[in-house]
Amino acid sequence: MSLFMLGRAKVPHRKNTANMKAERIPAPTSVTLLTSQHIGAPATPTVKVGDKVKVGTLVAEASGYVSSPVYSSVSGTVKKLEPHLMYNGRSCQAIIIESDGEMTPDESIAPPTISSFDELSAAVRASGLVGLGGAGFPTSVKLDAEKKGLIKKIILNGAECEPYITSDTRTMLDDGEYIKAGVELLQKYVSADEVIVGIERNKPECIANLTSLFAGNEKVRVVSLPDTYPQGAEKILIHNTAGLDVPEGGLPADVGCLVMNVTSVAFLAKYAESGMPLVEKCVTVDGSAIKSPKNLIVPIGTPIKDVIEAAGGTSCEVGKILYGGPMMGMAVYSDEEPVLKNTNAITVMNKKDAEPKKLYPCIHCGRCAEICPMGLNPTLYAKAMKVSDPADRRARLNDAKINLCMECGCCSFVCPSARPLVETNKLAKADLRAAQNK
Amino acid sequence: MNKLTVSSAPHIRSSSATNRVMLDVIIALLPTAIAGSVIFGWQAIATILICVLSSVLAEFIYNLILKKEQTVGDFSAAVTGLLLGLNMPANFTEIWWQCIIGSAFAIIVVKCLFGGLGANFANPAITGRIFMMICYTGTVGKSVFPIIGSAELSTGATPLVVLGSDNISSLPSLFDMLLGLRGGAIGEVCILALLVGFVYLVVRKVIYFETPLIMIGTVFVLSLLVSNDPVYALYQVMSGGLILGAVFMATDYVTTPINRTGKMIFALGAGLITVLIRLYGSYPEGVSFAILLMNILSPYIEKWTAKRPLGAKRVKGGTK
Ligand code: SF4
Ligand code: SF4
Repeated sequence: MSLFMLGRAKVPHRKNTANMKAERIPAPTSVTLLTSQHIGAPATPTVKVGDKVKVGTLVAEASGYVSSPVYSSVSGTVKKLEPHLMYNGRSCQAIIIESDGEMTPDESIAPPTISSFDELSAAVRASGLVGLGGAGFPTSVKLDAEKKGLIKKIILNGAECEPYITSDTRTMLDDGEYIKAGVELLQKYVSADEVIVGIERNKPECIANLTSLFAGNEKVRVVSLPDTYPQGAEKILIHNTAGLDVPEGGLPADVGCLVMNVTSVAFLAKYAESGMPLVEKCVTVDGSAIKSPKNLIVPIGTPIKDVIEAAGGTSCEVGKILYGGPMMGMAVYSDEEPVLKNTNAITVMNKKDAEPKKLYPCIHCGRCAEICPMGLNPTLYAKAMKVSDPADRRARLNDAKINLCMECGCCSFVCPSARPLVETNKLAKADLRAAQNK
Repeated sequence: MNKLTVSSAPHIRSSSATNRVMLDVIIALLPTAIAGSVIFGWQAIATILICVLSSVLAEFIYNLILKKEQTVGDFSAAVTGLLLGLNMPANFTEIWWQCIIGSAFAIIVVKCLFGGLGANFANPAITGRIFMMICYTGTVGKSVFPIIGSAELSTGATPLVVLGSDNISSLPSLFDMLLGLRGGAIGEVCILALLVGFVYLVVRKVIYFETPLIMIGTVFVLSLLVSNDPVYALYQVMSGGLILGAVFMATDYVTTPINRTGKMIFALGAGLITVLIRLYGSYPEGVSFAILLMNILSPYIEKWTAKRPLGAKRVKGGTK
């Protein structure tokens, strides 16, 4: 099997924080809660300036099916509601809450009653859970594939293939019991006949821990994945664990799979136990400019600079700050930006690392096409984007299956000429979207 | 706070670099250049140098005149010059000015006018060689013989010409062929040095090991089939520019298909055409033409051999 596993890029691991238990940071003085921390419609604020809130108080409700509610992560007073320009160039509402430093939980918080699939689905929805591994897709929407009887396999993503990040590693080591409880909860109400946990083999302790925890549950299988990138990419994970290929344009549910991040599953169990919605995250703070890398438990909405401070600060001038790791992370324009629901790491790079690699023309060496886990040829997109006739250009992009590109970054990573391949692919997709919306 | 860099992911890159790749090719060619210089003497050194210098200078001046960004630092012009020089006979006194013209042709016409590095469809060194063979057949096509080794080595025709005739007994021994004690171009004779370069390129992951092996293997097998004589087939493999071409020119990135399977088909085709030209063509040597022909077919091979993307819908008649 291993021979046919996809995702073979040798990116550095740099898991400096793998042995560091997450520490809780002191209450921030203020948090910025964005109404758009997920894929789909932004949530609608339910509070106004001056309102008193506590940890777990609803501040914005889901506004549609593909949406997710937002809860206060501190106790204090709503100071401001204002538009906020996000890292991705889009705008949404920001709810700014001044903390009283007490972190008092909301009294109304109580464990949900879950005795049927519908109640599970409602609970997941109410918990504010979104895909914690990266994309931030509302978990309840994925789960609802069950209603159509689509879910045959539940796949737990414990690959954690990005350099630096170890927050899932810590969940697998410290919260294994919760992962187990979460899986049992899912097994009770979801008709899947198999649960597969995929973990990269550079985390033998995690594999050992989960294997022993699930020893009595014969429907659960822990699979060791290659320690190459991108094992955690959904389609690659499904291929490497279940041997199934998600069809072009389809979703994991089309091949009967529900993919959930290990930390999401652990959260689910915690929520079922306490009823405390998603208000904090374990965040790995690392990178070449960080003095002492750490795993921190951070209230959602905490400004990045407070998180860096809590980790012990920087050791040199900062060049770049990322939400997430260096392969797929998003660069932020300011260290005032808040931690989001799906922020699993903050990577802080020094000036030197932030400098671009020397650019050369494409020499057609084929490294990008060889490494692409999706089997694409990125040079075709770069060529297509040079075509000025829109119809011809878009036909070429479609022929070369640009829609299958998951922007994993392997192609740009290996390119000896430092071609901006992923960037080109993003532009190309935007070009196709623009044509569709016309 | 100082200004943060905001750029698209990924934010780390591998250490591979295009100028380093080119440098690796130059390093891989050094044993061959040194062996050629030992075998053929100062005329070889001077020929190699003039090709390298005029190639680099041609690109430098071209960029200067057209006010383009200077690109000689990527070392690709040096690679072209080195390869061209190694494809010349050690006949400096007669061909030095032809080398200058050939280098300028390879760099300016075959590479720069098509858009520079990465944009040319044919291999500049090979096209430059063919251009010179056609223009200066008498001097560039001349066989120069080793200045070292036994006396009978420095007379007669090159092994390839001998192979084509009935006078097989005048061939150098296979061992001499391996060392390069025979007539031919500077860089094509010493098989041992070429193999050292081949191993280096494979170890450095610059080329796939199978590309040269398939091309050479095809020539061997076909020669064996027509002659039923393994020794004859070995001579076919070791003579002419086959090894030089297979290791260094049939593996050129720009002018071969992008996928690994495409490269295999390219090598197979190049080997096949080499044998056809050698046996049935009017030229004794077919490697350059074979590679050039395959360069032209390369975009089509690339299309046929495109991988089927993960989960992509199968369309009748291929992997569209
Ligand atoms: S890796 Fe870079 S240089 Fe090589 S073919 Fe791809 S884009 Fe071109
Ligand atoms: S083309 Fe897309 S899927 Fe393929 S390596 Fe590049 S970013 Fe990843």
